[in-house]
Amino acid sequence: MTVHALKRFDNVTELAPQALVPADTSRGLSITAQGLEKSFGDNRVLRGLDFHVPAGQFVAIVGRSGCGKSTLLRLLLNLDQASGGQFWFGERNDAKPDKSAVRVMFQEPRLLPWASVLSNVEVGLGDKRGTPEGRALALDALRNVGLETRRDDWPAVLSGGQKQRVALARALVSNPRVLAFDEPLGALDALTRISMQKLLGQVWVDQGFTAIMVTHDVAEAVTLADRVLIIEEGEIAMDLSVDLPRPRERGSVEVAQLEGRILRELFRNSKAGEDA
Amino acid sequence: MSAPAEKFSNLTQWILPIGILVVWQVLSSIGFIPGRVLPAPTDVILAGWKVLLNGELAKNIWVSFWRALVGFAIGGGIGFALGLANGLSRRSERFLDSTLQMIRNVPHLALIPLVILWFGIDETAKIFLVALGVFFPIYINTQHGIRTVDAQLVEMGQTYGMTRGALFWRVYLPGALPSIFVGLRYALGIMWLTLIVAETIAASSGIGYMAMQAREFLLVDIVVLSILIYALLGKLADSTARLLERLCLGWHPAFQKR
Ligand SMILES: Nc1ncnc2c1ncn2[C@@H]1O[C@H](COP(=O)(O)OP(=O)(O)OP(=O)(O)O)[C@@H](O)[C@H]1O
Ligand SMILES: [Mg+2]
Repeated sequence: MTVHALKRFDNVTELAPQALVPADTSRGLSITAQGLEKSFGDNRVLRGLDFHVPAGQFVAIVGRSGCGKSTLLRLLLNLDQASGGQFWFGERNDAKPDKSAVRVMFQEPRLLPWASVLSNVEVGLGDKRGTPEGRALALDALRNVGLETRRDDWPAVLSGGQKQRVALARALVSNPRVLAFDEPLGALDALTRISMQKLLGQVWVDQGFTAIMVTHDVAEAVTLADRVLIIEEGEIAMDLSVDLPRPRERGSVEVAQLEGRILRELFRNSKAGEDA
Repeated sequence: MSAPAEKFSNLTQWILPIGILVVWQVLSSIGFIPGRVLPAPTDVILAGWKVLLNGELAKNIWVSFWRALVGFAIGGGIGFALGLANGLSRRSERFLDSTLQMIRNVPHLALIPLVILWFGIDETAKIFLVALGVFFPIYINTQHGIRTVDAQLVEMGQTYGMTRGALFWRVYLPGALPSIFVGLRYALGIMWLTLIVAETIAASSGIGYMAMQAREFLLVDIVVLSILIYALLGKLADSTARLLERLCLGWHPAFQKR
C-alpha cells in the first residue's frame, strides 16, 4: 500500500467518533456451543467444545496450527457438519438467523476477479443486490474502508491490503450480527496489518456485531479482543478475559504481559506434544 | 504506451509479410521462380479478379464458410454442453468421460473413407467431420475450465448465499471462460483444417474443390489463390476469437493494458 493510501485510511478511522467499545451491542447475536465435536475419519479434531460468547463480544481464538480453529469456524458457518454436539446463535430456541446475519472474512480476500470492486461488495447484499438501496449500501461500505474511488477497478489491480478491505466491505454491507474472521490479516505486511487492526476495531465499535476471530498473532488477539480462547488438542485449554482499557497500545506493559502468558501456555503444550 | 507508438507497433506486424510479397514479386518478374511452379502475386490477384467476376469465387467461399459455421455450431454446441455437464457433475462425468476419451483417440480424419461410404460426398459428410473435429477441443477445455474454478471462490459464493444458478453464472462460467477460449481458438484451427482436407477429397463445391479443379487444368494461380483464401479465412476466424476474448476477459491480468 502506498503511504498516501495509508494516510487516508488513518483519516477514515480518525474522523469516526472515537468510541472505544460498542455503544450498542444489541445488534450482535450471542453464540453458544455445547459439546461440539468434529472428526475427519479417525482424526478427532474437535473433542467437545463448550463456550458461550455474549452478544457484541469480540473473542479471539488462538492455538497451534492444525488444532482445528478453521474447522470450528467452518462448523459455525455451516460449511461443514458437526460430528457431535450442537451450537446456536441467540437464544437456544430461536429460529436460525438469516443467512446474511452471519458473515465471514477469510485469510484470502476471495474476490471475484471478473467483477468490479463495487460488484464484489454487492455480493454481500443477498436479496438487496441490484436495487438502488443496495447500491447505496455498497457504496457506503466501500467508503467505510476508504476505497470509494476504486469502485470501478478490477480486483487484480489492488494491493493485498486493499483487496482485504474490499472483502471487509463485502462482509459488512449486510450489517451482519456475527462476523467471523479466519486469520484475516495473516497475509499482510506488518504496517498494513496494524492499520487494518485499527479499522477492524473501529467497525466493531461502530456496528456492535459479535466478532469471532481466529489469529496466529497473539499481540493482535490481545489488542483487539475482549477475550481469548486457546484451543489445544480439540478442547478449550484456556479462557482468558482481557480486561485492559482501550485503546490498547501494542508493546505496552499490560499487553506484553498477557501476550507472554498466552505464549507460555501455547509453548508449554507444544513441548508436551513433542515429548509424547 | 502513447497512441502513435501503439499505432506503430500495430504496423510492425505487417512489415515481414509485405516484405515477403515484394521479394516474391521481384523473383517472379525476373524469371527466377518459373510461373508454372509459383505464379507471381500479381498473377494470383488477376486470377482472383477473374473468378470473382464470374461469381464462382463468392459462391465457393460462401459454401465453405457455411459448412464451417454449421459444423462448428453443431460440434461446438454439443462439446460445450457436455463439457459443462461433466465439469459440474461427477456422475455425468463418470458416465460419459471415458467413452468420449476413447473416441478422441481416433483421428477424425481417418474416418473420411467411412464417412464417404455413409453420407456420400454431400454436405452431411463435411459437416459431420467438422463437427467431430471441433467437438473435442471445446469439450475438453470447457470441462477443464469448470473443474479448475477456484474452490475458495465457490465456497465464498456459498457462504454469501448464492443459489446454484447464481453460482453457475457468476462463479463457474466466468471462471471457466479463459480455458473455454483456449478451446475455441484451437477448435477454429481444426475446423479449417478438417474442411480443407474434406473438400479436397470429397466435394463438388467449395474452395478445396475449386483448388482441385484448378489442379486438373494446371491453373497454378487458382490453386495458390485457394490456399491464400484458406489462410485469410483462418486468420479472420482467429482474429474474431481474439477480439471476443479481449472483450470478455478484460478482468484477466493477462489482458489488461500495460
Ligand atoms: N476436509 C478435511 N478432511 C480431512 N481432514 C481435515 C479436513 N479439514 C481439516 N482437516 C484436519 O483437521 C485438522 C484441523 O484443521 P484446521 O484447518 O481446522 O486447522 P487450523 O487450526 O485452522 O490450522 P491453521 O492454524 O494452520 O490454519 C487438521 O489436522 C486437518 O488436517
Ligand atoms: Mg486455519
